[in-house]
Amino acid sequence: MTAATMITAPGSRTSSIVFLATLLLGPIIAVNGLAFIMPVLNLLMLSFRESLGGGGLGDAYTLDNWSSTLVDGFYIELIVQSILTSLMITILTLVASYPIALYLHRAQGRWRTILLVLVISPLLTSAVVRTYGWIAILADDGLINNTLKALGADAMRLLFNKVGVVIGLTEILMPYMILALLAGFGRLDPRVEEAAETLGASPWKVFWRIIVPLTMPGVALGCLLSFVLAVSSFITPKLLGGGRVFLLATEIYDQAIVTLNWPLAATLSMIILVIFGAALVLYSRLLRAVL
Amino acid sequence: MDERPVPLTLKILAFVMFVFLLAPVVLVVPISFSADTYMTFPPSGWSMRWYVDLMHNSRMIGALGTSTLLAVIVTVLSMLIALPAAYAIIRMRVIGAEALLALFTAPLLLPTIVLGLAILIVFAGAGLLGTFTGLVIAHLIIVLPYALRVLTTSLAGLPLIVEEAASTLGASPLTVFTRITMPMMMPGIVATAALSFLVSFDEAVISLFLTGPRITTLPVAMYQHVETQADPLVAAISVLLIVLTLAVVMIVDRTAGLTKTFVK
Repeated sequence: MTAATMITAPGSRTSSIVFLATLLLGPIIAVNGLAFIMPVLNLLMLSFRESLGGGGLGDAYTLDNWSSTLVDGFYIELIVQSILTSLMITILTLVASYPIALYLHRAQGRWRTILLVLVISPLLTSAVVRTYGWIAILADDGLINNTLKALGADAMRLLFNKVGVVIGLTEILMPYMILALLAGFGRLDPRVEEAAETLGASPWKVFWRIIVPLTMPGVALGCLLSFVLAVSSFITPKLLGGGRVFLLATEIYDQAIVTLNWPLAATLSMIILVIFGAALVLYSRLLRAVL
Repeated sequence: MDERPVPLTLKILAFVMFVFLLAPVVLVVPISFSADTYMTFPPSGWSMRWYVDLMHNSRMIGALGTSTLLAVIVTVLSMLIALPAAYAIIRMRVIGAEALLALFTAPLLLPTIVLGLAILIVFAGAGLLGTFTGLVIAHLIIVLPYALRVLTTSLAGLPLIVEEAASTLGASPLTVFTRITMPMMMPGIVATAALSFLVSFDEAVISLFLTGPRITTLPVAMYQHVETQADPLVAAISVLLIVLTLAVVMIVDRTAGLTKTFVK
């Protein structure tokens, strides 16, 4: 399939327009083909090749990587742990982001712009920088533990374990969640809340019966985004986990760079994509149920 | 719109969560002025020693140079590639424009760890590992979706009538584009350039797969430093990066409107 056969302008099917469109789209098609489509297809095929160790590949195609990964207790545990940890991070991110999104939805004018800049700025700050900030907070000599010590309490181990990874990733994913929630808050009409209040509903009841149901599309979108990003994030779990927290993404890197078992790394990558697909299906089901 | 007062409970909750959200980025600033050899918070004393240290750290300075050059080249190339593509998709009513746009933004949906591995394997065979060219191509793949999205949105928002008037008056399509269309979409172009630069400059995961002993980018050098040492050096670099990010955010806000770029 070449670009020229794909691209024709309706109404004026002259060859010069086809030529021009091909010329304009040619570079982006070339880059996408060479550095995206081809590598990803290659990765898929690689998951069916035998690893000979040290980066070597067998000639024959095999299902061994898939079958051994899906039978091996270590990898099953890894997949289950990755999904459970990501779900936990997603829920915490939602709880932490919801008040900010609700507040931003109500805020107006200059103040709203300032707060939005504060939400978006971390998104544009390198994950390495933000993770480093978390090390300063969670380390044995960090903000929390030094505060605890000053108060005479016992220090807690917050770094190089799952607690640190969950706290750090929750904060890192908050901007995505807040923006997704805001995008889905369109149906939240203050007049509906007012009507409920006028009819005698308590603020608590208004929140659970009016605000929460009306914001479900945003919640679903934000959760999908957070979950998908949590499953695939690498920098934060690696640095805050200190190599002691094993998740799918960190295992892919180790297999690819340390063990040089590319077929296994490719298989784990495909499993991440399968988890993505499942999350997407669940999201569309959920969306249909709440709308 | 809503003129009712925001409930106090919501105000307090939102404030607490904002503190949580901004804590790690804000905390990096005082740490960078620490006088300690190891990272502790609060520091036992204040100094500029880590900024001085950074100036003499040839590895970090080299990585900073590589990242800057890389981000500039990737920004220019992504503009040269995405601008014509955006024009073809929006203005030429190409068949399957929607599908093309979806295909070109697809790399954003793929986890960077998967994309990094996929590119590593292909580049290893092509001899592009640990090369500047390899980094440029890989960064283009993740920068182009952003560039294309902002440019198509910007182009689609322009009134066609001015361009039509110009061509009715005898201007060639190229003249119309360079004299009418491009100046009108300047905010979009500036926003694209700023975003492209930042996305390339901050990219860590894919670069981690592709860099080697001979060439390394700043985020990779920082990552490797944090992995092995716990000193305030990275805080000093982080402060410089945060200032850079704020500058870019201001540029985007002044030209294209930050809120419009990120929130519908």
